[in-house]
Amino acid sequence: MRTLKILLEKEFRQIFRNPAILRLIFIMPIIQLLVLPLAADYEVRDINIAVVDQDHSSYSRKLTDKISASKYFNLVVYTNSYNEAIREVEKDNADVVLQIPSFFEKNLVKEDGAQLFMALNAINGVKANLGGVYLRSIINDFNGEVRLEWMQLPRFNPQPMIKISSINWFNPLLNYQFFMVPGILVILVTMVGAFLAALNIVKEKEIGTIEQINVTPIRKHQFILGKLIPFWVLGLVILSIGLLLARIFYGIIPEGSFLTVYLFAVVYLLAVLGLGLLISTYTETQQQAMLISFFVMMVFILLGGLYTSIDSMPMWAQIFTKFNPVTYFIEVMRMVVLKGSSLYDIRHHLLIVTGFGIFLNTWAVINYKKRS
Amino acid sequence: MKQFLYFIRKEFYHLLRDRRTLFILFGMPVMQIIIFGFALTNEVKNSRIAILDNSKDEATTTIIHQLEASRYFDIVENLNSYSELEPTFQEGVIRMAVVFPEQFQSSLLHTNAAPIQLIADATDPNVANTLTSYASAIIMDYQNSMRETKAFPYAINTELRMLYNPQLKGSYNFVPGVMAMILMLVGAMMTSISIVRETELGTMEVILVSPIVPIRVILAKMVPYLLLSMVNIVSILLISVYILEVPINGSLTLLLFECLLFTLTALALGLLISSISNSQQVAMLISLMGLFLPTVMFSGFMFPIENMPIPLQLLSNLIPAKWFYYIVKDVMIKGTGLETVWKETLVLVGMLIVLLTISIKKFKVRLE
Repeated sequence: MRTLKILLEKEFRQIFRNPAILRLIFIMPIIQLLVLPLAADYEVRDINIAVVDQDHSSYSRKLTDKISASKYFNLVVYTNSYNEAIREVEKDNADVVLQIPSFFEKNLVKEDGAQLFMALNAINGVKANLGGVYLRSIINDFNGEVRLEWMQLPRFNPQPMIKISSINWFNPLLNYQFFMVPGILVILVTMVGAFLAALNIVKEKEIGTIEQINVTPIRKHQFILGKLIPFWVLGLVILSIGLLLARIFYGIIPEGSFLTVYLFAVVYLLAVLGLGLLISTYTETQQQAMLISFFVMMVFILLGGLYTSIDSMPMWAQIFTKFNPVTYFIEVMRMVVLKGSSLYDIRHHLLIVTGFGIFLNTWAVINYKKRS
Repeated sequence: MKQFLYFIRKEFYHLLRDRRTLFILFGMPVMQIIIFGFALTNEVKNSRIAILDNSKDEATTTIIHQLEASRYFDIVENLNSYSELEPTFQEGVIRMAVVFPEQFQSSLLHTNAAPIQLIADATDPNVANTLTSYASAIIMDYQNSMRETKAFPYAINTELRMLYNPQLKGSYNFVPGVMAMILMLVGAMMTSISIVRETELGTMEVILVSPIVPIRVILAKMVPYLLLSMVNIVSILLISVYILEVPINGSLTLLLFECLLFTLTALALGLLISSISNSQQVAMLISLMGLFLPTVMFSGFMFPIENMPIPLQLLSNLIPAKWFYYIVKDVMIKGTGLETVWKETLVLVGMLIVLLTISIKKFKVRLE
């Protein structure tokens, strides 16, 4: 026990005597937490539209007005040449082209039907899809108005009508920050924990100070614990700062209990630090340790469900996410903070992450060799 | 000149003799582009939903079947009462619930009107929005199929064409983004520790007492990594075309040139980080934490830049990956030439020059 205490003293002293690292550990997460959630909003709106009006009738103008008045579309080009509109798409100035061909109004009134052409920049498939849906619904509205002008509609529903009402639970205002902040907090805690733990042991190896530890009677698990606990504490401190900032700047107050969040974080950090330690036992230089932990982290984070939904991933990637501790913490944070899930609701997550923690740390302890 | 070549040779030895690092540097980008090219998509499909069918008649069964048959939904729960809804959401199992009222079909047939409620888990607003609109579209289709087939008078028919990506593949959007991310991070990371490592290990002293000038030290550090990145660029492009099936519609020469330019910018950024940090750990933390999230967020491939607040939109202009992402999208997928991307290219050239100048200025010719 005394050995551990002395080791801990050494580690903390090392951390606090390197102000550059300390600054990075604390300031970078704070800045990121304050800036990044503001940027994370992928609602599709402000679609730039180019209207090719070859009809120049009162209807074509009315339709154009209706489109530019909607909150989804910005009219950026109004022309009568299709090629000019397409050039705007190539230059990324326009996302959608709506072509109103000549005789649109005449065909609609005299021939009972008219044609419109729509071309969408589909590189971002989701944006194109939703853009098409929005534009169609505007055209349908317009169509209904035209019909009203020319014919009398019966008073009662002449045909079956299903009324769809949609409700958004847990985040009724569809606020993206509520969604992103808990996730980004997880990423920051993970990055600080795993990287620093990985780099720490390797640094002793690279500089050669590990020799001094190897010739002392310090036991393997004492050494590992001594490396683990400081970063474990740091991780929890960062989490607390993050929760505080989320409350001050984004008004996010966990629906569930803090106890659940912290309990999970304690276990989760153990698993992540174990991963860092494991990497450090397999590498010789800081460069190697960094590259490997960077690779692992990048895969874990990008496949962790922060940015893209896990449900939409291919099967093999979904299976992989079952072995990804980051996924579990992001899910738990969102569940507890936004939905108010209780400890009982997250019991599976907790159990699995505990398993990871035990497995990774045992492996790291076994793999750490006191002789060179 | 000869002196400079010797230095390049030295850097090559450094790089080539660390087999493990070399292996990671070649393997990592390849793995990443494959993993992310396949797995990352902002499409929404196979979302788990629950059904609360209080009516259980022919109409509701048909609608449920149509929901199930679409690739967007996976029905995982059939609930029996309204009170089961909240716990099911809280366990995190489902993303949306579809609620049919009692007597759905009979009210639809007799009064021509019937309601359906869609309850979405809006913790992820994007998914909630998309699921609601997909489900509405399916229900509307059903409603229209119930109506008599009589054509409406005064109908406007809209024909839709998807440009550049008719199958709406997610990879068309994500591959250019992932390319930008990988080239940026690998490039910056590699060079970010190159100078500071010499300082930390003490070998810098040897270089400082030699007659070589700082600009040559810095350029010599870039050359081997540039060659390595060229190998990576080629392998990433090969994988994109042959495995991820993203075409190169524009000129390959132009694309390679732009990749090279972007890599140089990344390397220069790494050198700058290296010359201002005092230990390898600091350099790594800056290049990882300082570059990873901003590159993902501000390059525009995950989140549309036009949705951000104005100060952040301005800030995003400082991220080289943003410009590169535009260029790759234009050249690779739209197939346009230099005439549409010359502005972005000039921005990258400008960034490269500024970064190199600062890192040469910041290079310390004295030990502290």
